[in-house]
Amino acid sequence: MAKKEYAFYPGCSSQKGASASNYLTSVNAMCDKLDVTITEIPDWNCCGASIGYAEGGELPRLALSARNFALAEKHMPGKEMVATCAACWLAQREVKERIDHSEVLLKETNEALAAAGLQYQGTTPIRHMVEVLIEDLGYDALKQPVVKPLEGIKFAGYVGCQTNRPFGIDGESFENPVYLDKLVETVGGEAVPYDQKVTCCGGALAFSEPEKSQKQIRDIVESAYDHGAEMIVTPCPLCQANVEIYQSEINKKHGTKLNMPVLYYSQLMTVAYGGTAKEAGLDGHLIRAKRLEDITKK
Amino acid sequence: MSEQATARYTNDFLKEVEKNVEEGHWVKMCMQCGVCAGSCPLGSAWEHPPQEIFMMIRAGKREEVLTSDSMWMCTSCYNCMVRCPRQLPITHIMHGLANYAHRLGLAPKGQPTRETATLFWNNLIKKGRVNELTFSLALYFKDGFVQGIKNALNMQSIGLGLVMAKRLNPMEILGGHGVKDQAGLKAMIAKAREIEDRKKGFSA
Ligand code: SF4
Ligand code: SF4
Ligand code: SF4
Ligand code: SF4
Repeated sequence: MAKKEYAFYPGCSSQKGASASNYLTSVNAMCDKLDVTITEIPDWNCCGASIGYAEGGELPRLALSARNFALAEKHMPGKEMVATCAACWLAQREVKERIDHSEVLLKETNEALAAAGLQYQGTTPIRHMVEVLIEDLGYDALKQPVVKPLEGIKFAGYVGCQTNRPFGIDGESFENPVYLDKLVETVGGEAVPYDQKVTCCGGALAFSEPEKSQKQIRDIVESAYDHGAEMIVTPCPLCQANVEIYQSEINKKHGTKLNMPVLYYSQLMTVAYGGTAKEAGLDGHLIRAKRLEDITKK
Repeated sequence: MSEQATARYTNDFLKEVEKNVEEGHWVKMCMQCGVCAGSCPLGSAWEHPPQEIFMMIRAGKREEVLTSDSMWMCTSCYNCMVRCPRQLPITHIMHGLANYAHRLGLAPKGQPTRETATLFWNNLIKKGRVNELTFSLALYFKDGFVQGIKNALNMQSIGLGLVMAKRLNPMEILGGHGVKDQAGLKAMIAKAREIEDRKKGFSA
């Protein structure tokens, strides 16, 4: 397989000591096995996420993402940019669409960037890591390194919102995207039918509107149980955090017994590719994925 | 915004929205089909679903729209956007309205999402990076994920309560992540804000 190289946008949640640092750990291990090189964009900044709108407004938000593109264009010309966080990918992609389609906004954004000595040219596409896997490498290539198939483990593929809407992955339907299920099957696991696949977990409102968001999260986890899943798998750091962390809180309030591990696709792949529990970031969970840990010891 | 700047619009809230709200020029395209109204995950919490907000804008209900709690219930799930037959960027219009109401000082005081989002942004532009997906996570996870979970469990209700009550300032605990070119980043944000304020009639 030809070696693939990308300009990497890790996003804040993947930094050391942040909640999705184990996502990054597993992505690194996974990319290693797949011979994909990801090189961090020098001095990247936060994209502002969706929730940045309230205080940030429009142009400052556009400028934030445009700065990342400009840095990639300057330091890593010709390389596509890849993000692992669903929200980062979406924010960057939206900004790109908006300034690429408006001369006025492009001009204003570049005026702001000039204050930092940078310029946006619009030559760098932004991809999600899942797109890289599916569209650039393909399922067959993803299957090749599998040495420990995740046989007999049932996963609920929780796609959530932001890799799915409004752009989607690989042209899939918004109601029933199947890429995550296919990834699960590619590494030998079983993807159960799952009717909360694209339900929103509440996103950033998990903090400001905990009751309302926890109702969403409860549905997401209970439906996974109802369909016989043992674990949930997701492509989004905020989904992962929300759906894992609040289970105990929901249990406390409602007497439920939710205790379902929530993993990243990259962790499944790292384990199936023969990685250690540490390489797969399995030590970073509150609800441990016992059966995956056992596989790594085999 | 100055008195004069808004006075021009007193009889035409739609025009004001078109000019000053992010993606506001789309509002007139709404055909009131009602599809978006059933799309919001926190549906029952919306006093006025997006469809109604668009109707109210056209009816000139400026005060009611801008003081509404509804737009702040948007989780950015994009359900509405992929369903709207007229392809309105509803999510962005909700964000734009919330931002506009916030800047005008009309948004509900103490609205939790308004406060959280403001803290998030201020934290972000301080160093160019957020230490966590939102500052609340950053607060809990400052010592790493597992410790963070323990912290979160121990202080979740209390911690969140204190943050909301402004008795705990998470900014003080946020760690060392940041961009190197902070001066450049700040200058860029300031410039962007200046252009936007000029364009949208906010007084400098
Ligand atoms: S979406 Fe989140 S993790 Fe990604 S850069 Fe923005 S704040 Fe950071
Ligand atoms: S499901 Fe939740 S965290 Fe995931 S993308 Fe949607 S809002 Fe964001
Ligand atoms: S993006 Fe916002 S407005 Fe649209 S359906 Fe979701 S919550 Fe409702
Ligand atoms: S779905 Fe679109 S056209 Fe229909 S009411 Fe909502 S915004 Fe208007």
